[in-house]
Amino acid sequence: MMDITGFTETQLDVRSAVAQVCSDFPNTYWQEHDQAQTDPKEFHAALAKAGWLGIALPEHLGGSGLGISEATMMMQTISESGAGMAGAQSVHANVYATQPLARFGNESQTETVLPKVISGEWRVCFGVTEPNAGLDTLSLKTFARKDGDVYRVTGQKIWITCAQVAKKMMLLARTTPVDQVKKPSEGLSLFCIDLDRERPGLDMRKIKKMGGRAVDANEVFFDNYEIPADSLVGEESKGFKIILHGMNAERCLLAGEALGLGYAALKRAAEYAKERVVFQRPIGMNQGISHPLADAWMKLEGAKFATYHAARLFDASKKDKSISAHSLGVACNAAKYMAAEAAFTAAERAVLTHGGMGYAAEYDVERWFRESLVPRIAPVSREMILNYISEKVLELPRSY
Amino acid sequence: MRPTSARLLNILVPVKRAVDYAVKIRVNPQQTGVDLNVKHSMNPFDEIAVEEAVQLRKRLKDAVQSIKVVTIGPPKASETLRTALAMGADSAIHIEIPEADPAPEPLGVARALAKLIEREKVDLVIMGKQAIDDDAGQTGQMLAGLLDWPQATFASKLDVDPEAKSATVLREVDGGSEEIKCRLPLVVTTDLRLNEPHYATLPNIMKAKKKPLEKLTPADLSVDLTPRLETIKVTEPPARIGGGKVANVDELVAKLKEAGFTAA
Ligand SMILES: Cc1cc2nc3c(=O)[nH]c(=O)nc-3n(C[C@H](O)[C@H](O)[C@H](O)COP(=O)(O)OP(=O)(O)OC[C@H]3O[C@@H](n4cnc5c(N)ncnc54)[C@H](O)[C@@H]3O)c2cc1C
Repeated sequence: MMDITGFTETQLDVRSAVAQVCSDFPNTYWQEHDQAQTDPKEFHAALAKAGWLGIALPEHLGGSGLGISEATMMMQTISESGAGMAGAQSVHANVYATQPLARFGNESQTETVLPKVISGEWRVCFGVTEPNAGLDTLSLKTFARKDGDVYRVTGQKIWITCAQVAKKMMLLARTTPVDQVKKPSEGLSLFCIDLDRERPGLDMRKIKKMGGRAVDANEVFFDNYEIPADSLVGEESKGFKIILHGMNAERCLLAGEALGLGYAALKRAAEYAKERVVFQRPIGMNQGISHPLADAWMKLEGAKFATYHAARLFDASKKDKSISAHSLGVACNAAKYMAAEAAFTAAERAVLTHGGMGYAAEYDVERWFRESLVPRIAPVSREMILNYISEKVLELPRSY
Repeated sequence: MRPTSARLLNILVPVKRAVDYAVKIRVNPQQTGVDLNVKHSMNPFDEIAVEEAVQLRKRLKDAVQSIKVVTIGPPKASETLRTALAMGADSAIHIEIPEADPAPEPLGVARALAKLIEREKVDLVIMGKQAIDDDAGQTGQMLAGLLDWPQATFASKLDVDPEAKSATVLREVDGGSEEIKCRLPLVVTTDLRLNEPHYATLPNIMKAKKKPLEKLTPADLSVDLTPRLETIKVTEPPARIGGGKVANVDELVAKLKEAGFTAA
């Protein structure tokens, strides 16, 4: 379905090797896990066993030292295999949230945590979003109060994917009250903490949700939850900067996940349109069916170019200082937006192409359609990307 | 004490790039062959052969000195060699033929391999019993014949004793299995039950990129790969006529009787 000319040899190696691992997990596996809302732990374990969770971690820490261009291809291949966003989300934080740890963590943090994440023994979740802050991350309220050689965390996080199965959380919390800092982007700190449900002050509740039901999403409550002071990653108060570093990368990964979902849905729609005969002709002979699919394909291809362009810029920016933070931010945000929209369009049309069968779980497209809403909302909504482009590219006054 | 060189094992595994087993095969409109513009991967029997070589090294440790893989094929076939290197082979040889050339036939392949074995030190050849594209199932036997080596075909279990320079092989034969003992050097062809290949891990895929891959041409080995067979026509099997559904076993038995099948 996707045209693969122009990718690097390594990207194509990643694509075929990841597809091979995924081929052991057919659509029935994902249907069952979606319906029963059970964690796809065998899938996470299989990817870990084959070394994939360390794809973008440095070699000296046990990873494979590849870039976001390759990690994006990995995430796309996962969702494209039929695993969808559920499959991608079951490993997403392990691939992505470990980046700031590798870069800013101290030796004992990286050496104890990363090998266990790469081997699959420990899983990681990412705790940023809060119910009372929303997209306004800088107004987050969860507070980590220093108390001798511990911090005590109090506050609430929401939508934390995989918190039920994670051993570790990368937690963004305030360490200096917002009225005592010069800029609201200061006073936030990043921690790598244990999620020890046996200890007092930690509680979590699963959120019932529309799609991706195989992976849990949670409200997480902290009430004077004690964490050792050495859970701090990097410098205190510099947490937002550290997180920002990884945000562009996450945009790329999510764009890849969306693309995979879109291509999976579109491929299925084209197959169905070829086979389903109504009025003595395959439905795909009707241009009312074929044209929307052709249009969806071009939208996906366009988004694909934007996505892998952004990923390439991200990787190149590590050495090439002529790539500005502005160009990189614009490229990554635009790519995420375009991929999310293209995936949604493809998934919706795939359902409609199937007529009534599009509504049946057995045909998978309804599952992918439900999941195609996620990249439009998280980790940053499409409205916020439109705000960003309006302000940074069109130089229009900021609306919020 | 290090084993003496006489007891070290050098393994050669020939591999073929073939249309992926999961691809729905389509005959081309000219009826000269099948559509090759589809996904290719390593012939599954060859995957088993590579895996067996890698597992032999795990079992015999240092006694396995080298695992070399070889393919004869167009430029793209080097991908298949990289896969084999990622699975654990040490080095690779690509006998490259132009994209437009016809695929070599079993005799040509066996001759090229025999010539290569004259150059390389090889004690054991492990290869697929057949490739899933042509299903010829002849190359291993021809190679053993050309080399005048023993052969153990359709292996479902392989034990090698490097000290004694011998191998015990369980073979899949009609009605069961047969155990044979052979001297090395030896040609073994793999059956499905020999092992279950592991996926290459990402770190090994990356390491494979740095392993040596030597390119040769048929001329370097002075072999002639010109086909001796002419394909006259390739056609699809006749379409299956739709079956019927039965409600229960009794009805099934009745239908079978109707169709002339009896219990005896
Ligand atoms: C399935 C799923 C998994 C998730 N996993 C995680 C996770 O693992 N970790 C984590 O930290 N978070 C996670 N999230 C949270 C996600 O990042 C947030 O939902 C997202 O950032 C949106 O924030 P919000 O839900 O608070 O929306 P709100 O901020 O409440 O926004 C609501 C709506 O208002 C719009 N809006 C708000 N402000 C403006 C404005 N100024 N201009 C225009 N429109 C505006 C938004 O675009 C949106 O449409 C997940 C979310 C989902 C759905």
